Amino acid sequence: MAPVRGAKRRRLADLHAVSSADETLCALARVPRVKIAVCVKQVPDATVHKRLDPSTNRLDRSGEGTLNATDVNAVEEALRVKDAHGGDVVVVSLGPEKAMESLRKALAMGADRAVLVSDPGAAGSDLLATSYALAKALEREAADLVLFGQQSSDADGAVLWAAVADRLRRPMVSQVAELTVEGDSLKGKRQTEFGYDVISAPLPAVVAVSDAINEPRYPSLRGIMGAKSKPQEVVALSDVGVEEDRVGDSGSRTTVRSLAPPPPKSGQVRIEDDGSAAEKIVEYLAEKRLI
Amino acid sequence: MSTLVYLESHEGELTRGGLGLLGKAASLGGDVAGVVLGSGVRDAAATAGAFGASAVYVVDDEALAAPLPQPRVDALEAVVAESGAENLLFPASVLAADVAAGLAARLDAGLNWDLTDLRLDGGELVGVRPALGDTVLVEVGWTTTPRLALIRSGTFDPVESGGSADVKDVAASFQDFSIQARLVDHLQEESSGPSIEDADVIVAGGRGLGSPEGFSYAEELAAALGGAVAATRAVVDAGWYPYSAQVGQTGKTVSPKLYIALGISGAIQHKVGMQGAGTIVAVNKDPNAPIFDFADLGVVGDLTQIAPKLTELLRARG
Amino acid sequence: MSGVRPADFPPPFSNAEAIGAPTDSPDERIDVGILIVGAGPGGLACAIRLGQLLEEHPETRELLGDVPVAVLEKGKQPGSHLLSGAVMNPRAIRRLFAGRMRIEDMPTYGPVHGEAVYLLTKGAALRIPPPPPMMNHGNWIVSLSELGRFLAEHAEAGGATILPETAGEKLLLEHGRVVGVRTGDKGRGRNGEPLGNFEPGVDVTARVTVLAEGTAGHLTTAAIDHFGLQGRNPQVWALGVKEVWKVPKPLHRIVHTMGWPLRKRARYREFGGSFVYPMGEEHVSLGFVVGLEYADVELSAHDLLQEFKTHRLMRKILAGGERVAWGAKTITEGGFHSLPSRLNAPGLMLVGESAGLVNVPRLKGVHYAIESGRLAAEAAFAALQRGEVAGRRGALDRYDDALRASYVWKELEEVRNMRQAFDKGFFLGGALASGMIVTKGKLPPFELETHPNRATALLRTGRASQYPAPDGALSFDKLSSVFASGNRTRDDQPSHIRIRSEVPRELAEMWHWMCPAQVYEVGAADGDGTVQVKVTPSNCVQCGAISAKGGRLTPPEGGSGPEYTVT
Repeated sequence: MAPVRGAKRRRLADLHAVSSADETLCALARVPRVKIAVCVKQVPDATVHKRLDPSTNRLDRSGEGTLNATDVNAVEEALRVKDAHGGDVVVVSLGPEKAMESLRKALAMGADRAVLVSDPGAAGSDLLATSYALAKALEREAADLVLFGQQSSDADGAVLWAAVADRLRRPMVSQVAELTVEGDSLKGKRQTEFGYDVISAPLPAVVAVSDAINEPRYPSLRGIMGAKSKPQEVVALSDVGVEEDRVGDSGSRTTVRSLAPPPPKSGQVRIEDDGSAAEKIVEYLAEKRLI
Repeated sequence: MSTLVYLESHEGELTRGGLGLLGKAASLGGDVAGVVLGSGVRDAAATAGAFGASAVYVVDDEALAAPLPQPRVDALEAVVAESGAENLLFPASVLAADVAAGLAARLDAGLNWDLTDLRLDGGELVGVRPALGDTVLVEVGWTTTPRLALIRSGTFDPVESGGSADVKDVAASFQDFSIQARLVDHLQEESSGPSIEDADVIVAGGRGLGSPEGFSYAEELAAALGGAVAATRAVVDAGWYPYSAQVGQTGKTVSPKLYIALGISGAIQHKVGMQGAGTIVAVNKDPNAPIFDFADLGVVGDLTQIAPKLTELLRARG
Repeated sequence: MSGVRPADFPPPFSNAEAIGAPTDSPDERIDVGILIVGAGPGGLACAIRLGQLLEEHPETRELLGDVPVAVLEKGKQPGSHLLSGAVMNPRAIRRLFAGRMRIEDMPTYGPVHGEAVYLLTKGAALRIPPPPPMMNHGNWIVSLSELGRFLAEHAEAGGATILPETAGEKLLLEHGRVVGVRTGDKGRGRNGEPLGNFEPGVDVTARVTVLAEGTAGHLTTAAIDHFGLQGRNPQVWALGVKEVWKVPKPLHRIVHTMGWPLRKRARYREFGGSFVYPMGEEHVSLGFVVGLEYADVELSAHDLLQEFKTHRLMRKILAGGERVAWGAKTITEGGFHSLPSRLNAPGLMLVGESAGLVNVPRLKGVHYAIESGRLAAEAAFAALQRGEVAGRRGALDRYDDALRASYVWKELEEVRNMRQAFDKGFFLGGALASGMIVTKGKLPPFELETHPNRATALLRTGRASQYPAPDGALSFDKLSSVFASGNRTRDDQPSHIRIRSEVPRELAEMWHWMCPAQVYEVGAADGDGTVQVKVTPSNCVQCGAISAKGGRLTPPEGGSGPEYTVT
């Protein structure tokens, strides 16, 4: 059975051959290769009906999931560092087994491995507990650079990186809008309310990137096809040395007590312009001390 | 009950967010102290007494000169030990968020963030935060002390109640890893006004502006208010304004204190990008525009008349 | 009466754009064994059956390389672009999974427990006995989107590689035979310029290509044109708009209605009706369908659905409920005489709805998609055996033979004239239809003609004044509905819709009302009686209506469009 005439059959094995040649080159050139771990999270799809689960008061994650948007920026940044310096990119996540589907998107973009810590004992973990479990998983990876995406669309993971960095005892730079890795240190352009601070830190370090840092690549078709065969590990909490009482409800130090709809907008004012609308607006803003 | 309020200082002055929290903490009862970290900040620290603090802890150290979070975690650890505070309140900022989270890990303490209110329920501290794009309010609590809380910026205004505070110096030692990140340079953005994500005031324009030239109404009003200019998908599609200014489902999500919508109908695709704004003022000549359903102040009228007049009046106020 | 006909203003598009030689060098192409376009019930059934066959015959799988079966899907994931009622005849899915799984273990909302058909007037609902083709005893209620996700999981478990967010842009031909599909580019700006993350499409080559694009298929339309496969009658469509509601009071039977708010006079050419199906105890699926041959400029399927919900009958069903989903899609309605003359060409097969396999009077097509997908798999498999060359002319004729010998063909032939009868208006059409039912298709003794939807001359009746104003509780406007479909298409990309940009006002208005997603608006007048057409392509939910009524839908950047989950 002859292959279609004129088309050389590109085998997926060819892709692996390319990267090992790359390794050899790096070894010869003594270019430091950077091992990068990217912490990512699966969040429910941003369709209309993001709901809070009434039985747990937490975000209902039973719908389909997608990678949190800024985590995709973090994966992209990791891939850029790898493109520039050679190295290895592993995506790490804490979540239910089906979160592996979202990790595959990172693999399709070019990440090399995925590690998912999936354990029913971790359900209901708050920031503290999650940061503990993630830190343990990251210790296992011993990465030179740990990347986070700065914002979570479900606002459950905000500021996770700072807690993780403290547990890992590593320097940390957040709100990074531009990142350069040079040898064994990094420089990050950190965006604050007062402009940009340029921060340098030695590797190994933890960096949280903002969505301004890059435009993520689309996974190529080859990338999507190759993602399936890249190493994907699902590990339990015990595999990464996390004690049961440090996660879940027992490992959390905060609780969600109740949900309520926000109070209806009180004091909505409607005016028809009779020539004095501008004055009325100024009055209104002044009263509310907005000007 | 004792509460410690993290007071950030910038260029020799304590920031409003922290001072406002002092007043809130005082209203909850118990002892209220502030904590100021930095280098050469003792004078600024003393002013906290006028806003509700009975004491101010100060860690004044060269290691704290740069606005970096990790040395502040070390310093706060020392202050918490010294003060024995049960509650630690942080006004949200880029720096404070990192400090609070790092400290939570350090102290094995609970941290609730993005809070818009705090209250006592039968002696227990309860926080309130919006979720799911401000469509739901969640009540949160803590199971241990100290209780760490990050309060959404601008929630509480400073109240000058007079009084003075005891300034207490605390010595701190810094972990090796905490001082590895260094400030190398500072750059000020050469922009005319804040970016829309950071702006406290946004003036947004939609199709009601009539033409690309109509954006001058929005720009002049924004300039008078010191705010940023945003645009709807429709006008960006039409090429009237750049995509970087687009607010909405497929653009940016913003939550300024004041959002003025000129000639915007308020379709849900736009609404989801700005519904978290503190106050929404809408000007539209169509009384049936959906934006009037959720605007705090809805003005039915001709924006080409109202906007320039408004700009003039604001400029006159100075 | 304006008499403007959309057909007189054809879009700037030629099918030749969608079919041609590969452009990538051989090194850049991606070679797969069998390529399927569309992860709907037809494409996935094909992939599943191939997985079964290749497992039993590893020597054949060896021949197909590292990716024996690949499925391209333009939506974010399988199911994102699937929408139907749906009440499914279980016959085909049982056959597909025979010996491996029972339908009771598949995601369905159970068998039909009862049904009612009503003839509506504005104020009343007259119950009529279900016409025999509409009797649904033994059929199962499903969400096609959910079923799609389920089938996709099984296709992957069987070894297929599903490639979501990937559009099939061009059919690849070499020496007169189909050798694969070129995928669409990603990361182009509004004016076509490559952006920072531009990712070009790629030529995907395969031994056999199966088109399962569903309604108004882009590549299918081009293939039928190129290979001269047009059927006896032109193809025609209906547009359906549906919603899913969470309701406090469960519905225990399926409901179909005819009549109001459609009008009976032949000159309006309004044929259609509604469906209301229970989805478990807590939800209902409801929709309104209208044939696209209608004449009124202001007819709007979306607004007809909103109007329909104000009927007493519907208010009762929806009382206390809330809308949780919305969507729109066309349905292929030409039936037997509009089927392509052959459903295969060298290296190519057409399955499911894009081939026209829909039984309109029975409102059934899902099981035809599954059955034809299964038969296509078997034909592809046979064509890969020793002694056969898959791309040879006639190698896939066995697919057409198998389909013609199957119940799919027999059923379609029986009802071949039923839909066209309604061109004569409701009463005469009804009489003709009854005649067909009673005689199982032997009467009438002549074949009825079909005209393309775009050939209808437009007229005005002020219809829009009767649509309810959206109240946000029972009735909804189009923009919030587009939002409810999960659509968040990237704005800064080229427009995927081909239409004339300057047309008579009536035509622009007709498009404006027709489109359920408010893509078209009447723009500035040009002073000579024509107007500009303003297009907002990012609203588009890719229903396909524009292709039937004077324009041409092409696939946008992969991943664009709605993100249906329960439709």
